[in-house]
Amino acid sequence: MALAERPTGGRRSAPLIHWIKSILKTLGTIAITMLGLLFVTFIIGRVMPIDPVLAIVGERASQSTYDAVYQQLGLDKPLLVQFWYYLWDVLHGDFGNSLLNARPVSEDIARVFPATLELATLGVLIGIFLGVPLGVIAAVKRGSWIDQIARVVALVGYSMPIFWLGLMGLLVFYGVLGWVGGPGRLDIFYEDVVPTRTGLILLDSAIVQDWDVFRNALTHIILPAALLGYYSLAYISRMTRSFMLEQLSAEYVITARVKGLSERQVIWRHAFKNIRVQLITVIALSYANLLEGSVLTEIIFSWPGIGSYITTALLSADMNAVLGGTVVVGLIFICLNIFSDLLYRFFDPRSK
Amino acid sequence: MNDLTLRQWLLADAPTSRRHARLSSLYKGWLTLRTNSMAMVGLTILVLLVFTAVFAPVLAPHDPFSQDLASRLQPIGTGGHLLGTDSLGRDILSRLIYGARITLYIVALVALIAPVAGLLVGTVAGYAGGWTDVVLMRITDIFLAFPRLVLALAFVAALGAGIENAVLAISLTAWPPYARMSRAETLTIRSTDYINAIRLQGAGPLRIITRHIWPLCISSLIVRVTLDMAGIILAAAGLGFLGLGAQPPSPEWGAMISEGRRFILDHWWVATVPGLAIFTVSLAFNLLGDGLRDALDPKDDGQ
Repeated sequence: MALAERPTGGRRSAPLIHWIKSILKTLGTIAITMLGLLFVTFIIGRVMPIDPVLAIVGERASQSTYDAVYQQLGLDKPLLVQFWYYLWDVLHGDFGNSLLNARPVSEDIARVFPATLELATLGVLIGIFLGVPLGVIAAVKRGSWIDQIARVVALVGYSMPIFWLGLMGLLVFYGVLGWVGGPGRLDIFYEDVVPTRTGLILLDSAIVQDWDVFRNALTHIILPAALLGYYSLAYISRMTRSFMLEQLSAEYVITARVKGLSERQVIWRHAFKNIRVQLITVIALSYANLLEGSVLTEIIFSWPGIGSYITTALLSADMNAVLGGTVVVGLIFICLNIFSDLLYRFFDPRSK
Repeated sequence: MNDLTLRQWLLADAPTSRRHARLSSLYKGWLTLRTNSMAMVGLTILVLLVFTAVFAPVLAPHDPFSQDLASRLQPIGTGGHLLGTDSLGRDILSRLIYGARITLYIVALVALIAPVAGLLVGTVAGYAGGWTDVVLMRITDIFLAFPRLVLALAFVAALGAGIENAVLAISLTAWPPYARMSRAETLTIRSTDYINAIRLQGAGPLRIITRHIWPLCISSLIVRVTLDMAGIILAAAGLGFLGLGAQPPSPEWGAMISEGRRFILDHWWVATVPGLAIFTVSLAFNLLGDGLRDALDPKDDGQ
C-alpha cells in the first residue's frame, strides 16, 4: 500500500484500525448479501407449484415411499432448519441433482460456464476498446457531431431488445452475407478436435496451435460477442463521457493548459489518469451485467452457456438446475459488484 | 384572447392559491420540456401508442386471432396485409396494434407497483431511521445486488408463466432503486424547518410522510420511472420471447418475435416487424425520460 508507506507523524495505528474495520464491514456486507440471495432462491424453491417429492418418486409411488423421500429431503423439518440444510449443501458446492439427467447440477454448471465466460469476456473487451475512446472523444469535443453520434449510439443501445438485434445480426451476417459462422460455438466438423483444458475454445485451440479450429471458433463467437460488446459500449462510453466532463472542468486542467501542455497531454496524462479508478468500477459492473445479459443472447445463438442452461432447465421445470444456475450467476454478480466497490474505496484517496 | 389570459394566469409570478401555484409550475415545466425536440418526439410516439391501444378494434384491418392457413407467411404488402402474415396466416399489423395494449398494460402495472413499493420502503426507512432504516436498507441492497433478469426468470419459473406473473417478477426486481432514491430525498427533507413546523403543529408521522414528504419525492420518481420503462419493456419482451410472459395466441411483441424466429432466414419480416415496434417504444421512453430529467432536475447531468 503506497499510501501507508508515508506516515504522517505518529498516528499510524488509527488508519490501520480504520482500514481493518472497513474490511470487516465489507466482509459482513458480502456475507449478508449472499445469505439474502440464498434465502430468496430457497423461498422460490419452496413456493413453486411443483412437488419435489413427486418429481423424484414419480406419480405411482406408494405412500410409504413418498413419506420416506419426504423425510429424506428434510421437508418435515421446520423451514429454518430446511434453510440451514440448503445453506450447508450450497456451501459445499452441492445444488442437488438435475431432474432431467440425474447428474449433479454443479458439474453441469462447471461444464457450461466457460462458454459464457468466453463470450462475456470478449464482449466486455470490445466494449472497453471502443467505448472508452468514444467516451473520451465525446467529452473533449462536447456538442460536436462526434458527441451527437456517440449519444445516438448509446441511446439506441439502451433501447434495443438484445435478442432481436441478435436475430437481425444472424439474418444479415450469416443468412444473407455469409460472413460469420452460424449458431453454436463451432461447426460440427471441428467439434471435439481440440482437447478441453480451460473450456475456452479460443484459448484451448491456441494452446495446441490448431489455427483452423481457432478461426472457426472466432467466426462463431464474433457476432454474439460484438452484440454484447455493443451493450457494454453504450454504458461504458456514456459513463466515460460524464467522468471526463467532470475532470475537464476542474481547475487543475486549466492550470495544465496555462502551463502550456499539449492538449493530448492534458487529456490523457492528466484528466484520463484521474478517471481510471471510476472507469474500472464501471467496467466491472458492465462485466457483471454482460454475464447476465448473455442469457437471451445465448438462446439466439444456441450458445451452450449458463444462460441456455438456465432457460432449458426452466422450460422443463428442472428447479434444482434453475436455482443452482441463479445462485451461481447471482454470486458472481455480487462478487463483481463488491469488487468494484472495494476498488473504488481503496484506490480513490477522496473516499478515505 | 381567452388563451392569452390563461397563459398569463399560468405564468403569474405570484400565485394566488395552492392550485394556481401547482398548475403554474406544471406549465413552466411543460414549456421547458417543449423546447427539447427529442423529448417531444418521444412523447408523440407514446401518445400515438396510447391512441393505437385505445382504438385497436377500429384501427386493426383484420382480426388479430383469425387464422388463414391458405395465406400464411405472406410478404409485406401482399393481399391486403400491409405488414404481411405470420405462420398461421394472421395479419401482423393487426397483431401489432393489439399488442400495443399488452405492452401498455405491462408498463402501467409495473409503473404502479415498483415505484410505490420503493417509495413506501424508502420513505419509511428514511423517516424512521435507526434499526428500521438499517434493516430495510439492507434488504434493499440485497435485492439491488441481484442479477435482475435471472432473478425474474427464477420468479416466473416458480410462479408459472403469464403476463401477471411476469409483471410481478419484474416489479420484484425493479423496486430497490426507487427505495434508495426516496430514502435519500426523505433524509434531506426530514430535517428541514417546515417539517419541524408541522411536527410542532401536531402532525403525526403518517401525515408528514404522506402529505409532506411524498409530494416532494414524486418528481424525481417520475423521471426515474420514465427512464426505467425502456428497461421494463425490454425485460417483458425478453420474458415473452422465452415463452414465460404472455402466452399464445396473445399478440405480445416479444412472443411474436419468438414465433417468427423459426422462419427468420426465409421470412424475415415475421420477427423483424415486432422487434422494430419494441425498439421504437423503448426509444420513445428513453427520449422522454432524458427530456424530463433535464426539465425537472437539471442538477444531475449525463448520469
